[in-house]
Amino acid sequence: MVLQPSERHHRDWSHRRLGPWCSPTGSPAPLSCETGCGEGSWILVCRLLVPTQVSLLSMEEDIDTRKINNSFLRDHSYATEADIISTVEFNHTGELLATGDKGGRVVIFQREQESKNQVHRRGEYNVYSTFQSHEPEFDYLKSLEIEEKINKIRWLPQQNAAYFLLSTNDKTVKLWKVSERDKRPEGYNLKDEEGRLRDPATITTLRVPVLRPMDLMVEATPRRVFANAHTYHINSISVNSDYETYMSADDLRINLWNFEITNQSFNIVDIKPANMEELTEVITAAEFHPHHCNSFVYSSSKGTIRLCDMRASALCDRHSKFFEEPEDPSNRSFFSEIISSISDVKFSHSGRYIMTRDYLTVKVWDLNMENRPIETYQVHDYLRSKLCSLYENDCIFDKFECVWNGSDSVIMTGSYNNFFRMFDRNTKRDVTLEASRENSKPRAILKPRKVCVGGKRRKDEISVDSLDFSKKILHTAWHPSENIIAVAATNNLYIFQDKVN
Amino acid sequence: MGTMFARGLKRKSAEDGEDVEGGLAGAQAMPSYSLQRQSLLDMSLVKLQLCHMLVEPNLCRSVLIANTVRQIQEEMAQDGTWRVVAPQAAGRAPLDRLVSTDILCRSVREQEGERPGPDAGDGHTPDLVPGLATVPSAQALRSPQSSLWEVDSSRENRGGFQKSLDQIFETLENKTSGSVEELFADVDSPYYDLDAVLTGMVGSTQSGHGSGLQAFSSATAPPPSSSCRSDLGELDHAVEILVET
Repeated sequence: MVLQPSERHHRDWSHRRLGPWCSPTGSPAPLSCETGCGEGSWILVCRLLVPTQVSLLSMEEDIDTRKINNSFLRDHSYATEADIISTVEFNHTGELLATGDKGGRVVIFQREQESKNQVHRRGEYNVYSTFQSHEPEFDYLKSLEIEEKINKIRWLPQQNAAYFLLSTNDKTVKLWKVSERDKRPEGYNLKDEEGRLRDPATITTLRVPVLRPMDLMVEATPRRVFANAHTYHINSISVNSDYETYMSADDLRINLWNFEITNQSFNIVDIKPANMEELTEVITAAEFHPHHCNSFVYSSSKGTIRLCDMRASALCDRHSKFFEEPEDPSNRSFFSEIISSISDVKFSHSGRYIMTRDYLTVKVWDLNMENRPIETYQVHDYLRSKLCSLYENDCIFDKFECVWNGSDSVIMTGSYNNFFRMFDRNTKRDVTLEASRENSKPRAILKPRKVCVGGKRRKDEISVDSLDFSKKILHTAWHPSENIIAVAATNNLYIFQDKVN
Repeated sequence: MGTMFARGLKRKSAEDGEDVEGGLAGAQAMPSYSLQRQSLLDMSLVKLQLCHMLVEPNLCRSVLIANTVRQIQEEMAQDGTWRVVAPQAAGRAPLDRLVSTDILCRSVREQEGERPGPDAGDGHTPDLVPGLATVPSAQALRSPQSSLWEVDSSRENRGGFQKSLDQIFETLENKTSGSVEELFADVDSPYYDLDAVLTGMVGSTQSGHGSGLQAFSSATAPPPSSSCRSDLGELDHAVEILVET
């Protein structure tokens, strides 16, 4: 791909913040004109190792968590499978970053505050709170385990001092409240300082308890548990723009919940056939429209997207819009359907577009055009000739996610060998970067990577056969307004930022 | 999991010779395609069986694999090659044919030249898009067991990998139903008919389910505001279901 030299390369936009969104046909966002997909523009801010169960105890004693986060000398061998990150999500301001892992834990990172003394530390994220969200369960009727792996985390918009998030495993959604406590009451009449009851006979005076400052403590409490509503595995949750409801989607059904009511949910989509033997299609992802609280989309394993309007009927089995790209007959193979299965669907911040990820491509659709996407980006087309092997080792079923940047001008998704890709929708430039321990020096500039397809391999290129398919970037997140990204690679969380920032 | 393909070498010319001798009816031109398609079918069936592990199988993956199996079956039925795989020819197939099958990954246009031609003996006009062939379901959907019997007969000729394959085929044999579709019958066990009951029952956690069960529910039912004791609530449901039925 020929890279066009950017005329606006020297524009200084460091003082500007990205607007909420802008139309791709309008003026490009700063990212697209300057550094987003250019060479040498992304730097590593920090690499965070999700603390293992073993080290959690010591972490509570260690006040300076920065020491642990920046300690690249941590022995990788202590990481267990429970530490594999399974979801990453920034909150609405970007101040907090939540990760969920296979062991059912949620770890929340908080951005380092700006300080005059250490200007360069801004942008680093440190551990803010850790809690066990879900536990492994056993379904006695089916004699099957229910995994505690966190499939998705979604933040609620902040309405008071506390933070709220939804986390879900295969079966149960939980609403967690994360709040800070920096004062505690002292001077109770009936209890002494340790909390023991005092002998009433010894109480001679009455006093009013006062609040005294204490060391900051962050506590997470489960406020709601939404259980027993899903027969199949939950793959998505999405908070509605009314902030009163949210939806949870499993393979065959989508339920609508009210945050206040845990013992009931409305079933709004049901694609389960009367006879399960006729099952040929499942729901793979779902999301509410960012502004219209009555609209949502869901994607399927056959590569289709349906837009539904909840005002039309109680059960939204009939879609308002149906998005499907006609198949290219010349590319047809036994794996066509599998690679067309959509693994993720995301509305743009503007609400005008949706982005879908299937095995080999990322597509951008205009909500007003159902018959084909407006943009298609090849993520790793060199895998097209290897589909059979990828089917054999199950990699073809990997579910990659995709994300928009704050202004909807750049999209990002992961690949194998710890590669992740960014596509600039305006300049049509793209870049492949790698999240690896070798590049783990702080502030190290990421070098673009390239996969060699043909015969002759250049010095820095890597050949397709050398790719490590066990290292996959399935989960990434983009800060809502700045050029800061979080990339999850197994049990490592990499935070990169645009160096101009 | 560094390099994972390029293990299976293309041995088209050698295969041609062997298989023409084996006399696959109606498949003069490129039997390697048929054999590799067969191996993809075998691989898919193995994958469907391996789904039944301790954790509930991934439904999306199962559906996609089952659809692939159906596609292959439809195409094989159309070719007329469905019952044709001769045990001897299958036995001679090297083990690593199960591995890399690049031919199958090629697009239809490339495969066109390899598929059995119109004069292959059954008067069948090759489809431009073989996978999309619409065949009446009664004709197209054969039980995968029929292919298993053929593969099984050559069991002794294969290597160690075949052992685990055999165990899986035996499990499949022991199933009362043979069709791919009924693999989902497992997913939809009678318990799933209770899901409507469950979701309806969730609302009645606190009120109990008839006075007879009050003893159970009052003992273990969590107070409405205590949201963390969901495990007790679920156990409660399980008990109520068992007692109910």
